[in-house]
Amino acid sequence: MSAAISTPTPARGEFARFAARFAEDRVAVIGLVLLLAIVTMALLAPFITPQNPYDLGKVDIMDSRQPPGAKAGDGFAMWLGSDGMGRDLLSSILYGLRISLTVGVLSGVIAATIGLVLGLVAAYAGGRVETLIMRIVDLQLSLPSVLVALILVALLGKGIDKIILALVVVQWAYYARTVRGSALVERRKEYVEAARSLGLSHARTVFRHILPNCLAPVIVIATVQTAHAISLEATLSFLGVGLPQTEPSLGVLIANGFQYMLSGKYWISFFPGLALLLTIVAINLVGDRLRDVLNPRLEK
Amino acid sequence: MLAFVIRRLAQAFFVVVAMVVLVFFGTYVIGDPVWMMVPGDATQEQVEEVRRTFGFDQPVYMQFLTFLGDVLRGEFGRSYVHGSSAIGLILDRMPATLELAFAALILAIVIGIPLGLFAGLKPDHPVSRGIMAVSILGFSLPTFWVGLMLIMLFSVMLGWLPATGRGPVISILGIETSLFSLEGWRHLFLPALNLALLKISLVIRLTRSGAREASLQDYVKFARAKGLSPRRIIGVHILKNIMIPIVTVLGLEFGSLVAFSVVTETIFAWPGMGKLLLEAIQRLDRPLIVGYVMVVVLLFVTINLIVDILYSALDPRVRLTGSQS
Repeated sequence: MSAAISTPTPARGEFARFAARFAEDRVAVIGLVLLLAIVTMALLAPFITPQNPYDLGKVDIMDSRQPPGAKAGDGFAMWLGSDGMGRDLLSSILYGLRISLTVGVLSGVIAATIGLVLGLVAAYAGGRVETLIMRIVDLQLSLPSVLVALILVALLGKGIDKIILALVVVQWAYYARTVRGSALVERRKEYVEAARSLGLSHARTVFRHILPNCLAPVIVIATVQTAHAISLEATLSFLGVGLPQTEPSLGVLIANGFQYMLSGKYWISFFPGLALLLTIVAINLVGDRLRDVLNPRLEK
Repeated sequence: MLAFVIRRLAQAFFVVVAMVVLVFFGTYVIGDPVWMMVPGDATQEQVEEVRRTFGFDQPVYMQFLTFLGDVLRGEFGRSYVHGSSAIGLILDRMPATLELAFAALILAIVIGIPLGLFAGLKPDHPVSRGIMAVSILGFSLPTFWVGLMLIMLFSVMLGWLPATGRGPVISILGIETSLFSLEGWRHLFLPALNLALLKISLVIRLTRSGAREASLQDYVKFARAKGLSPRRIIGVHILKNIMIPIVTVLGLEFGSLVAFSVVTETIFAWPGMGKLLLEAIQRLDRPLIVGYVMVVVLLFVTINLIVDILYSALDPRVRLTGSQS
């Protein structure tokens, strides 16, 4: 490429414009700040929590089922109370958030990668390949995700790797369908023809030229799907078929509190659920705004 | 129209066949089912004996044919835990689940449509903003947690409604239902509301966008110019036109209500087939799991087929786009 066509700092200017448009919606900004705060707190959990809830030397069974605000035997205040084993609930929630976020993000990344490749291949190859891939996508999307995940986990067994696999299976089709849709439009554009006539290989045309132009809707889907995956993992773990007690995500924490609820000890289930809800709402708010900003039809 | 119906029938058939193959490979080939059926200290001879009795020593294609025959006869074997026919157990529990899903559907319509209409016709009203905020929240709420909170609030703290079970059932035309007694409704309300939450949000959104679009159409302006009362314009002209997509989506969503009832039934100890499935999963009761999956797939495919055909009968544009893809 010659210097004549390269514009000065194009990426930066574009990002600044994008950020400015995103910031026009105050609710979305609140969502973004909330999301960043949640992620930061989860990452820093070992340094900011008053207690490592899974260090048996630090947990005292005498502290169990304390209401919010009670003082622990070690002297620190348990702002959200404690659970049946005497673990400080706030600490458990921050540690649980790490697991929930890891499962959600990891399964999302894997599913997005698979969906991207299959969607691009379907759109670019066309013919029998496309029909086969899209039939599988249709089949996958016609069944509700909670049911597919439940059956898969039933067959695979417990464990963090199995949960991630199940979540990948229920998510990839959404990416594949979306990517195929935008790749079909891109494929007909002139720059693809130009790339081909320059003698670029099929793989290079698809992954270096078509792919970057299909990413905007993928980012939007990724936010919604990650929120969905986190919620689905929590549901499965709550039902006792998801993560084991050794990987205490938010869903496991809520399940542990279920047995104490009928005796009025609401906080053991309430606060982990509230953390889950805030996380999902924050992701959805950001995703909603991204959809508006990235939608070319709304661009003025 | 006939071509469309035939094509949809073929598609439905393809889905069922694909699911049968998937379920077969999922449950019969991955892992050795024999180890779930014999006690841990079984001898090699006992293991071989079980293998022969259940036909697991046959080649894969023979096993598949046997399985296919079983599916066609609706026979999935006896539940390991209950000892009786798996399909019988599932069909026994089915009315409770359908009743719950049906009640949730009714709630979604009764609550969702009026709120959606209001938000669509008065988009700038503060109440409308409130309705939309609630509907966004409804999409984000984890269903199972809301269920717990409903029990906490209405059963434990206020003591208004029972937390678990189905209550007394009355037999009407051979079907046991709790729809015809006050006590039955008291038991049904919380689980149905829990199951309906997501769908209420969905109906609000659909109705709102439909109403917003319709209220700008020429026929509405004309009706208004003719001097018809706002009530008549909204109730007859607008509602009639936006009902087609709403009814279609709700028809398709009925299947997902049945699927999600696994969660709700477990929380509220509702004796439906979803609770049965979860117990089967926890105890590795293979015939029950296979039976449930096949019953639900059949239910899904049938609902999708009926909705698609009805929709294309109502809206001819669908048939045209359908033949292009």
